[in-house]
Amino acid sequence: MDLSFTPEEQAFRAGVQRFLTDKVPARLTARVRDGKHLGKADLQAWHALLNDQGWLASHWPEQYGGPGWNTVQKFIFDHECALAYAPRTIPFGVNMLGPVLIKYGSEAQKQHWLPRILSGADWWCQGYSEPGAGSDLASVKTSAVRSGDHYIVNGQKTWTTLGQHANMIFCLVRTDRDVKPQEGISFLLIDMATPGVDVRPIITLDGEHEVNEVFFTDVKVPVDNLVGQENKGWTCAKYLLTYERTNIAGVGFSDAALARLKLIAARTLKNGQPLARDPLFAARLARVEIDLENMKTTNLRVITAVAGGGAPGAESSMLKIRGTEIRQELTALTRRAMGPYALPFIKEALQDGYDQPAVGPEEAASASAQYFNNRKLSIFGGSNEIQKNIISKMILGL
Amino acid sequence: MNFTHTEDRRMLADALDRYVAEQYSLETRHKISQSAQGYSPGQWAKFAELGVIGALFTEAQGGFGGDGFDIAVVFESLGRGLVVEPFLASAVLAGSALAHAGNDAQQALLAGLIDGSHIATLAHEEADAHYALHRVSTRAVRDGDHYVIDGAKAVVALGDQAQTVIVSARTSGDVASEDGISLFVVPADAAGISLRAYPNIDGTRAAEITFRQVRVPASALLGAEGQGLATLEHAVGRGILALCAESLGAMEVTKKQTIEYLQTRKQFGKAIGSFQALQHRMADVLLEIEQARSAVINAAAALQADRSTRERALSAAKYSIGRIGTLVAEECIQLHGGIGMTWELPMPHYAKRLVMIDHQLGDEDHHLARFIALGQA
Repeated sequence: MDLSFTPEEQAFRAGVQRFLTDKVPARLTARVRDGKHLGKADLQAWHALLNDQGWLASHWPEQYGGPGWNTVQKFIFDHECALAYAPRTIPFGVNMLGPVLIKYGSEAQKQHWLPRILSGADWWCQGYSEPGAGSDLASVKTSAVRSGDHYIVNGQKTWTTLGQHANMIFCLVRTDRDVKPQEGISFLLIDMATPGVDVRPIITLDGEHEVNEVFFTDVKVPVDNLVGQENKGWTCAKYLLTYERTNIAGVGFSDAALARLKLIAARTLKNGQPLARDPLFAARLARVEIDLENMKTTNLRVITAVAGGGAPGAESSMLKIRGTEIRQELTALTRRAMGPYALPFIKEALQDGYDQPAVGPEEAASASAQYFNNRKLSIFGGSNEIQKNIISKMILGL
Repeated sequence: MNFTHTEDRRMLADALDRYVAEQYSLETRHKISQSAQGYSPGQWAKFAELGVIGALFTEAQGGFGGDGFDIAVVFESLGRGLVVEPFLASAVLAGSALAHAGNDAQQALLAGLIDGSHIATLAHEEADAHYALHRVSTRAVRDGDHYVIDGAKAVVALGDQAQTVIVSARTSGDVASEDGISLFVVPADAAGISLRAYPNIDGTRAAEITFRQVRVPASALLGAEGQGLATLEHAVGRGILALCAESLGAMEVTKKQTIEYLQTRKQFGKAIGSFQALQHRMADVLLEIEQARSAVINAAAALQADRSTRERALSAAKYSIGRIGTLVAEECIQLHGGIGMTWELPMPHYAKRLVMIDHQLGDEDHHLARFIALGQA
């Protein structure tokens, strides 16, 4: 038993910290810390910064332009980025599609698409969920019918995160209706500029445009854009969902949010005393801190097991459940710490270029919006209830 | 980073697991816990022979372990076997106090603790202290080259079986002062000691001990006069780790037996484990047990750290274990249904121990408050 990082890992951490300090503009880290929005250009700039460093595709093997990191290094990298309030990496191209192409794509597909992910030439979004296929993903209905060298795609995808910025979408489409749901799905890459693709915003409860609906009407897609075999798309889909889960617990986000919350609780006054001294608030804060310390060690246990050749199975589900519960509790406490200033919501204050003074404490501008926005954490990526089904099946054998 | 135990510790745990499986069945355990002694001198000697007691002490103390992870592997295994021998009272609590502050003559007692020939216990809890170590109303007054002890100690583990009692008493200060607490090594048959022994609901045994004008020589003082709290905290800290690991072992067995029951018990024509309402409760139990395991690892790893880090990790662990142990016990009884209420089944005995561990050395609330206070200090 040894819970410390090796000297090599510590040196790696120092290197990541140096990069983040030197290269990430303070304007960006301040916006991330305060829960303000980043535009497309800011996100692209962050990707370019990482790509210059060779660190963008942290999960790819070196031959395709990845840094060749092991799971511990990836964990350290994700953790340090979160602690430094670096922008988030948009995962759809580099963390989702990339590994699928590397595993199932043809040589020509790898040659064509992988460099474009790294360079930022393509912005990918994910076409998985449909109005009738949420937790029951295998019931996707969007159809692709073969016609010569093309598929003709008709249907609707939803919850397409940042689809408004994307030029490409990878989709699960139905290519056979007469078999078990999982056996008639194919994995298709679609250019969003193709006639018949229509992106419409979904405004979420915090007033934001983060997700979209994507409609497909007689969209012609070249058969070269099929990844893997026809009707074997479910294999790609599952691989994508389980491939990289070192960061599923979001420990770094929680560490950063806890540190910020402690500062807020120390300077926020309640009846003349720091809120941190209020017994009920302090108890909730301590509970989530302890839960986080425990989960951090659980996460490291899983990571070292994977580094030693083990495969994360149901453990990922545990990390997803507890990790999201902790993140949600931290946003709930941050909201509560604002007191009555949790109420005012000036949407423009979260956008770039807003120069009016804050109403109440600076953090109040985003506290409630972040709280509501983060309700998604226990819903997406397989709802926490689906994760419990997975645990039951894999560990309980029930 | 490495989360596997050393080969020596794995071998020790294997040997202990094997011994308990072969020689310490639940039936045997029931007989021992219902006996007048509440433990088995014969079994205790066997555990000593196996080296299990020695593993809890350092080489300098006459053992061959003594690290946090030694305590963790031993007690996890004891928890799996629901063992009721004097490991906590004699080896960890009394042993750690003697090793921490004892002079040569007092350290000499350790050999007897390690070879199992001598039983000691720590009498620090008081009726009104409610787990607060510094709240001591028992008094010791200097009288020439003697001290005279007066007071009452509560729920002292194996209080009627120990030959030596280490008692905390106030030599100065008011009842809640951190200074002025002294520890004394007292023979259990000293004049003026009276006790009322009783069984506990989890199969362990304890006693109320009253000290009435108990005269002990000044040489009975353990460590410096008035400076006993640090020794108490040291011993109790190791005891907390031991209890947390014991609980983890008991949780594993409780979990395993409940999964088996969910897989085999049929209602409405199918295994009850096929019902999602029960699956999700069990999934929660599994998730929480893994958090408990991490809490034990964190506490064991922090045992040699600076005071703030160490005590916060210990309180975090005891809080976690108290909360999770109770949850596991309650959920596993519920998931078993009526049969989970019976004496006949092993699981309920584990459940009782899981809940009662929360009542030893500070419960969930006590340790959450302590975690907060340590963070604000």
